[in-house]
Amino acid sequence: MGTKLWSTSYYVLAASLAVLFLLPLIWTGYASVAPHGATNQQVGYGFGNYASLLEYDAGLLRYLWNSTYTSVLTVAFTLALSIAGGYAFARFSFRGKDTLFLLTLAILMVPYSTLLIPLYSMLGDLGLRDSLTGLALVLTLYQLPFAVFMMRISFEAVPKEIEESAMVDGAGTFGILTRIMLFSVWPGLITVGLFSFLAAWNDFIAPLILVSSADKAVLPVAIANLRQQSMGAVDFGATQAGVVVMALPCLVLFALLQRHYVRGFMSGAIKG
Amino acid sequence: MRHSRKLAGALYAAPVAAFVLVFFVAPLLLVGRMSASDWPLLVGDRGINLPDNYAGITANPLFWPAVGFTLKYTGIVVVILIGLSLLLALIVADRRKGTGFFRSAYFLPTTLGLASASLLFYGFYSHAIGPLDPLLEALGMEPVSWLGTPTAALWSTVVLIVWKFAGFFMIILLVGLQSIPPEVYEAARLDGANRWQSFWHVTIPLLRPALGLVLILSVTGSLLAFDQFFILTKGGPDNSTVTVVQLIYREAFQRFDLGAAAAISVVVLAALLVLNIVQFRALRKDA
Repeated sequence: MGTKLWSTSYYVLAASLAVLFLLPLIWTGYASVAPHGATNQQVGYGFGNYASLLEYDAGLLRYLWNSTYTSVLTVAFTLALSIAGGYAFARFSFRGKDTLFLLTLAILMVPYSTLLIPLYSMLGDLGLRDSLTGLALVLTLYQLPFAVFMMRISFEAVPKEIEESAMVDGAGTFGILTRIMLFSVWPGLITVGLFSFLAAWNDFIAPLILVSSADKAVLPVAIANLRQQSMGAVDFGATQAGVVVMALPCLVLFALLQRHYVRGFMSGAIKG
Repeated sequence: MRHSRKLAGALYAAPVAAFVLVFFVAPLLLVGRMSASDWPLLVGDRGINLPDNYAGITANPLFWPAVGFTLKYTGIVVVILIGLSLLLALIVADRRKGTGFFRSAYFLPTTLGLASASLLFYGFYSHAIGPLDPLLEALGMEPVSWLGTPTAALWSTVVLIVWKFAGFFMIILLVGLQSIPPEVYEAARLDGANRWQSFWHVTIPLLRPALGLVLILSVTGSLLAFDQFFILTKGGPDNSTVTVVQLIYREAFQRFDLGAAAAISVVVLAALLVLNIVQFRALRKDA
């Protein structure tokens, strides 16, 4: 086979696959603003579907707030736990260290659905059912294995000499953590923050089960409900506008933080 | 000094320990207790009823069809996903003009949430605004009901899942491909191996750890499928696409029987643990 033929067929294949992967994304953006008789954007291009989303039930802004609150809280919980835990696992020895680390990784072995049934019951006893804070705690649980693992290897990669010289100067372990270590592990922090934000922002089954009030719905659940309601007639235009609203932050974060994405996957691959 | 360092370490680990105990160990014990109890959603614990919930699992007329469907779906998704993501990884592995763009294009669907992607395809497959019917019409063909028959609903969902996850698995395989030293290919070439032979006898064996990870992740993910069927097919038509996790959801929140749901959950957990141990063993032995 000639090199030129090989190269041409390579680019034809690669480009057609790229079209197939991009097409649905381009279509949803188009469908959310294009005119269609069955939607709130009847004539000409415009934002009629987004307008109907703004007014749907509790309103788009409410759902945006619910999703943002839950995601930010999940990131905060995950970072706080994994910074303290990762530091402990990387730099200290204490009783039960290996057991606790394995137990944390074992969360990955238990399916989400298995834990959601008892968690539904437990959150009720704790007064955290139908609460976005309770939801954020549950979402944190599933971020913990990756986050603790990531922060442990990040802290382990920091040279010990930096710490030792600070210790000679009389700094305590907490001072070393907050004034020195955190600056050295910031790529790990961004990766953990990015992944926990995306996981919380996109999660569907946990909020579906744990949060029942309509005005506390997060975006994915609200948009899925929108599709089911209004007497059998589905508002497809508003649904696609909702998809765009949900997808935009994910695409922006991807564009800004590409390197950290791959970093996260790589540590996953090494772990396997 | 040594003693106080031990104490400090335990203190830093304490939040994780407390969190894992409350939100992981406790619910794990509780699900066992619930699976052995009469536990209606709105009433709560009404005492041990062993073995009713477990005996009820196979009596549920949806159980075996759900298991069968979940296994069939998993088989199809895993084969197509591994094949396609390997192809994608090979396409973008060498630095050529345009590979950066192709990488991003294939990866972009991964950045979406599964629920968002399912809602996207819910419109994409619809008669109301979907682009597929006009396209078929332009080609002089009859419109297709993409979610209307059991077979169509299954394959439409497979397309969604492959679209959403192929780029994710491509990255894992890409990392694997790039960890193969170029000298190995050079040696194979000197031994007279052609492109195909060096792919089959060098690339595939050395890619084994990455392929193993892709296998475990895609098998586990597909066996636990929920969002895509809940949103796209709602388990229909005629309950033909009800997965095992959907069955758990139905028992708990549509039939209000947390005990029955917990029993299925425990069985799913046990099955997955056994499966993962078998997969790990098989991959270790071969490696």
